[in-house]
Amino acid sequence: MSESTLNQRKSNWLPFTVEVEPRLTPPPAWFSWALTIGLIIFALLIGALVIAFAGGNPWAAYSHIARASFGSIGVLSDTLVKAIPLMIVGLACTIAFRMRIWNIGAEGQFFLGAFGASAVVLTPILPSDSPQWLFILTMLIFGMAAGAIWGFIPGYLKAKFNVNEVISTLMLNYIAVSWNNYWIYAVWTEGGFQMSRMFPRNAWLPRLTDFADRVPAFGGLTVHFGLVLAILAAIVVWLILYRSQWGYEIRVVGDNPPTARYAGIPIARNTVLVMMLSGALAGLAGMSEISGVVHRLQGAISPGYGYTGIIVAWLAKLNPFAVIPVAIFFGALILAGREIQPSGIPKMIQGIILVCLIASDFLMRNKIRIRRKGEA
Amino acid sequence: MEAVQNSQEKPIAVQMSGIVKHFPGVLANDHVDFTLLKGEIHALLGENGAGKSTLMNILAGLYHPDAGTIVVNGKICHFNSPRDAIHAGIGMIHQHFMLVPSMTVTENILLGLEEPRFRLRLPYYDEQISALGERFGMKVDPKARIWQLSVGEQQRVEILKMLYRGAEILIMDEPTAVLAPAEVEELFHTLRRMREEGKSIIFISHKLNEVTSIADRVTVLRRGKVTAAGLPLAGVSRAELARLMVGREVVFNIQKKPVQPGEVVLKVENLHALNDRGLPALRGVSFEVRRGEIVGLAGVAGNGQRELAEVITCMRKAEKGHVWVGGEEITNCNVSKGIRKGVAHIPEDRNHVGTAPNLSVTDNVILKKYKEPPIASGWMLNHVAATGYAEDLKKGFEILVPTVETPVRLLSGGNLQRVILAREISAQPQLLIAVQPTRGLDVGAIEGVHRLLLAQREAGAAILLISEELEELIDLSDRILGIYEGQIMGEVTDGNIEAIGLMMTGTRLENAPVSQEAHHE
Ligand SMILES: Nc1ncnc2c1ncn2[C@@H]1O[C@H](COP(=O)(O)OP(=O)(O)OP(=O)(O)O)[C@@H](O)[C@H]1O
Ligand SMILES: [Mg+2]
Repeated sequence: MSESTLNQRKSNWLPFTVEVEPRLTPPPAWFSWALTIGLIIFALLIGALVIAFAGGNPWAAYSHIARASFGSIGVLSDTLVKAIPLMIVGLACTIAFRMRIWNIGAEGQFFLGAFGASAVVLTPILPSDSPQWLFILTMLIFGMAAGAIWGFIPGYLKAKFNVNEVISTLMLNYIAVSWNNYWIYAVWTEGGFQMSRMFPRNAWLPRLTDFADRVPAFGGLTVHFGLVLAILAAIVVWLILYRSQWGYEIRVVGDNPPTARYAGIPIARNTVLVMMLSGALAGLAGMSEISGVVHRLQGAISPGYGYTGIIVAWLAKLNPFAVIPVAIFFGALILAGREIQPSGIPKMIQGIILVCLIASDFLMRNKIRIRRKGEA
Repeated sequence: MEAVQNSQEKPIAVQMSGIVKHFPGVLANDHVDFTLLKGEIHALLGENGAGKSTLMNILAGLYHPDAGTIVVNGKICHFNSPRDAIHAGIGMIHQHFMLVPSMTVTENILLGLEEPRFRLRLPYYDEQISALGERFGMKVDPKARIWQLSVGEQQRVEILKMLYRGAEILIMDEPTAVLAPAEVEELFHTLRRMREEGKSIIFISHKLNEVTSIADRVTVLRRGKVTAAGLPLAGVSRAELARLMVGREVVFNIQKKPVQPGEVVLKVENLHALNDRGLPALRGVSFEVRRGEIVGLAGVAGNGQRELAEVITCMRKAEKGHVWVGGEEITNCNVSKGIRKGVAHIPEDRNHVGTAPNLSVTDNVILKKYKEPPIASGWMLNHVAATGYAEDLKKGFEILVPTVETPVRLLSGGNLQRVILAREISAQPQLLIAVQPTRGLDVGAIEGVHRLLLAQREAGAAILLISEELEELIDLSDRILGIYEGQIMGEVTDGNIEAIGLMMTGTRLENAPVSQEAHHE
């Protein structure tokens, strides 16, 4: 009876069989990084294949993408501008995912951050001739606070009523976009256009180009102070996770909740706090984008930074410092999407990476084996 | 070669020779030779971290050996996965089971097989599986869902899973560690049935009396090397086995210094609590533990011991009744308050509660100290102090691990238990709740833990020792309480084994709680 059960597993029409087996022991640490790099290369290869099928020259397309995003100081600066919000949102996701809270709501928290920062200028909370440092500091606080509130809601619902955060944060994203639209259509609209007026210069984050009169080489470089904020945020997130008591609690809860309960670590309180910090970071990304790039509140401020940030965090294996290079890679893809024709290619590569990412999780947990027929 | 002569007529089932396996920083198997005969029960003994699980994982196709050959039924085998091993008739039952809780027994057994193709004819398979169980003397309800089963029953499902896949050679890694004595007897019955049918069994255990009662031959490992290969067990004493394992004499009976019990540290009064399924687990438990006293709690698993430990450590809600520690009521307070009051807890299930598997040894030993200086400094953690503390514990408690940065999921079972022990005992607790503290430890380590517990007693800690090992309870405890269906059945102070047995099976002694309570008031 039992002998026969095992030998009937082969399909008949292939000269070999493919078998999937769960890994009982986790693969070594280097494996996951090798897999990450491997899957990026794989995604690029598939992209090349598609380009070739469409009659294009993959090599030319890729070199164009590379040139369009890293080819000169100017485009590198543009790439960094796209990467800054991704870095900060990636960090926001990192801290939440570390506690196994699936915050899908960074997009909404980003919008609220942008709204909070704009409110400082548009309400106005500060007179428009306030000094730049005061403007930036106040916008920072308001933006992060607004994001934190948007993170608090699903955090509280999860802690108190065990509401699934994936659903609540996703819903809040739609509300956040509508909320912003209400303000730009109805309250802060400039002459009927769906955007607010331009912020005064002293509410802008300093950019390199602003120093062009002193250092001429900086002329036209739009990379802004948000980069410094992003790097600071990475350091702070790392310090919190690995060198603070709170971060220790986050890691224990994320690894084994029953042990956290056994050690008296308050899970509900940490759920709320982590969601607030995650929201505050996403809000910081929104503030930096508004004050560093857009300089006004409008509808289209994010090409899905909040969602791309999720991929960035995963690809960086929830390592705060790895988030930075990964975000730059994705920034390049976004930028290339605007530069080259057909612009679908970078989007497609992003999509393939996402699919591969899901597959890679599968590969981390399972082994794939191919064997020839007849082999025992 | 020797083994063949010893066994005369029995053919060789498995021959492993020259097996070497390195892990970063450890040589887990160092040229190990191992011979298994057809139709024998072969015990594998060794200290914690000696490399038993590693050797068996190699045989079961989980690990690749760095060197060495495996010959099964005369054929050289290269296993790349557990599937290859099961094709060759080798099945392993791990210490932690790999079953899907929400599925039925039959579904779990069929899982991963391709035979039931499009339409599951479950009743047909249900029947097959109960028949298979019957054949080997295992009672299981094929329609029951896994979460409804006791640990012993789940283990039977794992065994059936392997038998159903045609295993002729069964590897059992510490199968009795999680079983109650009665369940152990049932398991042994099954194992003997399998032996009669000509199956071979490799049996890993730290309990020498079990080994001598069930196994035919024994192989002993020490630090990755074989110290006895296929020794026939007839006529070998426990002390001899212990010496082979540890490399020195092991003291089985430790002398207890007389300690005059001091003031009451733990007082439990009329405690009622529910178990995970919402049924009453504790039904009016009252007792006291004093300074410098070890109170043993004897009982068959599942009579409320776990729930009692959890209520005292504030992990479970009491429905009724009171718990005082050091004169302060802590009934239903926060876990952290208990920890601050000096309550230490060695939990029953170290794989699920008590450790964070992916975090390092350092992170795991500071679990209850991370808020106290010098490990805490302000809001931050003092990384250097934490690492130093972990290094000290690693040395002091002989935790075998390459570095303190190693994630604890890579530790051998016994070393993981040492991490927990080191953390809980080094906190110098006022009250220590020890649930099965020596489960999974080797004889040498058990001796060490017993010494540690006695040292805590002499240092003035109050200890509640919850154990299913009667010998351990009698050796260590000043008083032994019996628990049955959530009620205290009485107290034994003279180590009277019969009286303890009576309590465990539900006979109330004269000094049972009602009078006991009146006596103390
Ligand atoms: N996957 C792994 N990676 C690194 N080291 C490992 C791994 N598995 C086991 N080890 C190490 O190899 C040694 C042998 O471990 P093994 O699990 O075989 O011991 P054991 O004899 O089963 O001990 P125990 O009785 O405590 O279960 C230990 O020092 C352990 O830490
Ligand atoms: Mg082991």
